[in-house]
Amino acid sequence: MKTRYSFGGDEHIFVEMDEEMSLDAFFKSLAMSNAARDAKIDGVREICPANASFQVRYDPETISPDDMMAKLKEFEDKAVNAEKRLNTRIIEVPVYYQDPWTHDCVMRFRERHQDPSGTDLDYAARINGYDSVEAFIEAHHSSPWFVSMVGFVSGLPFLYQLVEREKQIEVPKYLKPRTDTPKQTVGYGGCFSCIYSVRGAGGYQMFGITPMTIFDADQEVSYLKDFMVFFRPGDIVKFNPIGREEYDRILKEVENGTYKPRIAEVTFDLEEFNSDIEGTNHKLMEALNGI
Amino acid sequence: MAFEVVKPGLLTTIQDLGRPGYFHLGIPEGGAMDRAAMRIANMLVGNPEDAAGLEAVFMGPELTFKDDALVAIGGADMPVFVDGEEHACWSSFTVKAGQTLKFGYLKTGARIYIAIAGGIDTPPALGSRSTYPIGALGGFEGRALAAGDVVPVGQPSGAAKERTLDKSLLAELPKPVELRVLPGLYWHRLTEGSQEQFFADEWKVAPEADRMGYRFRGGKPMEFVERDQPFGAGSDPSNIVDGCYSYGSIQIPGGTEPIVLHRDAVSGGGYFTIGAIISADMDLIGQLQPNTPVKFKKVDMETALAARVERTERLDKIRSALT
Repeated sequence: MKTRYSFGGDEHIFVEMDEEMSLDAFFKSLAMSNAARDAKIDGVREICPANASFQVRYDPETISPDDMMAKLKEFEDKAVNAEKRLNTRIIEVPVYYQDPWTHDCVMRFRERHQDPSGTDLDYAARINGYDSVEAFIEAHHSSPWFVSMVGFVSGLPFLYQLVEREKQIEVPKYLKPRTDTPKQTVGYGGCFSCIYSVRGAGGYQMFGITPMTIFDADQEVSYLKDFMVFFRPGDIVKFNPIGREEYDRILKEVENGTYKPRIAEVTFDLEEFNSDIEGTNHKLMEALNGI
Repeated sequence: MAFEVVKPGLLTTIQDLGRPGYFHLGIPEGGAMDRAAMRIANMLVGNPEDAAGLEAVFMGPELTFKDDALVAIGGADMPVFVDGEEHACWSSFTVKAGQTLKFGYLKTGARIYIAIAGGIDTPPALGSRSTYPIGALGGFEGRALAAGDVVPVGQPSGAAKERTLDKSLLAELPKPVELRVLPGLYWHRLTEGSQEQFFADEWKVAPEADRMGYRFRGGKPMEFVERDQPFGAGSDPSNIVDGCYSYGSIQIPGGTEPIVLHRDAVSGGGYFTIGAIISADMDLIGQLQPNTPVKFKKVDMETALAARVERTERLDKIRSALT
């Protein structure tokens, strides 16, 4: 892992833990951005953590760019020794794969895609070596995912697959970003799954849709009363495949305020995970299913 | 106090100076694209500079006032009419109850700012009245204005009077337009030849230019330094492991058309960025019409900071002239 520091104009400093994605890079970035936040540096306006990097926005009249850079570098040693353990939650997210709405969108933007003759799922299954779309979908929902970044648009989670590197799904982003994506589409780009929190532009491949609202500016949804954004970095997600009927039922429950996402409190320990992926995931699933 | 929207124009939104603090959740700072223009329009009607007003792009709205109001227009050059009588931009004037504010055709620039004494008084969302339509946040019911909307205006604070800004205090739009860039972020992904070419080429503002980002066309496609794509980034050489984006940063999806991220920017994503427009030039971008020829100019941090000081001093001069 090689840390790289760069100015992003005169108000931002960008710190990249590593060029490639890994949970180790995520945990180091989290530790560094937390240390920077805890230090309450005068002039810091905002700290944005990402998958394997983070960004600090500051006011260069209060602290000079060089001083800000030097301060951030001081946190790197601390971050290496920080605890890689999180008290977090695991959440079940229902997904209607191959739904009609994202399929319609897939077909509308075919000319921006690597393979205009098929669908995003056909393409993703093929380039990841799966015999069928069904087998690929199963690989997508059978293991848990880790929220390694929240952003892009209002409360959109980026999700990192909790499996061995060689089993991780990887797909390119669209050749040219789309101008439209249905709200709550489950997408995929690079090694990340995402849930589009709102309707809008997007460059990820589209696999399905969830009936679960994850951003609500009006905070009318029962489980978003405290804050309009549902996900936070460190959350763990388990996708649960559903069909049309269940999709419609959950959608109605979200609307009438009776839907309660299935959530359990868990601890995630990176070293434990790295030494026993299957065992760690098994424990996570036990916690979710209350066994 | 209130006014009614007779015609909304092309895209008229309520904006103030934005809602910082939520970018880490993907909610952008937002606010007026041309902040200096919004501030000055507010000064002209005696409002706090961060009061909410209207931002209209390319085409003015038509508004009928329910009460007497002191109004000022700043930003782009567009003829202003009150019941047919013309008023100057960069000045404050009274609109009487029942009168209608209208605009002629845009002459130069892209966005006008309408400040009303008392400020627009819609409910703030996360500390700001700025409209962020994608997240349905702020503004009027989270969206751009539509015909028939009745927009509430707050009580003016003092005895503001009609006055006019001495236009020599305003910055001149450079011709051809030059946007100053501080290289950084993923600048090293471009070959040396491409780095030079980016600044040598003449670019044009593309039709896809909005509050989220301004796209540019006409330069040569980028050439990338060869590498094995890092795990998790995606296979195109313009792909990176999704990270944060800086305001003003320039992403180039596929290496073809640069996009400068603006006030309603996405907070992060998986396309590489080559640096950022210096903060002092961000207001200027909001006044660029499609097809405007633009050159990007390479500068260093010292120049970027000096430009900030210059911008602050200019605004101070205007403030002391108007208050």
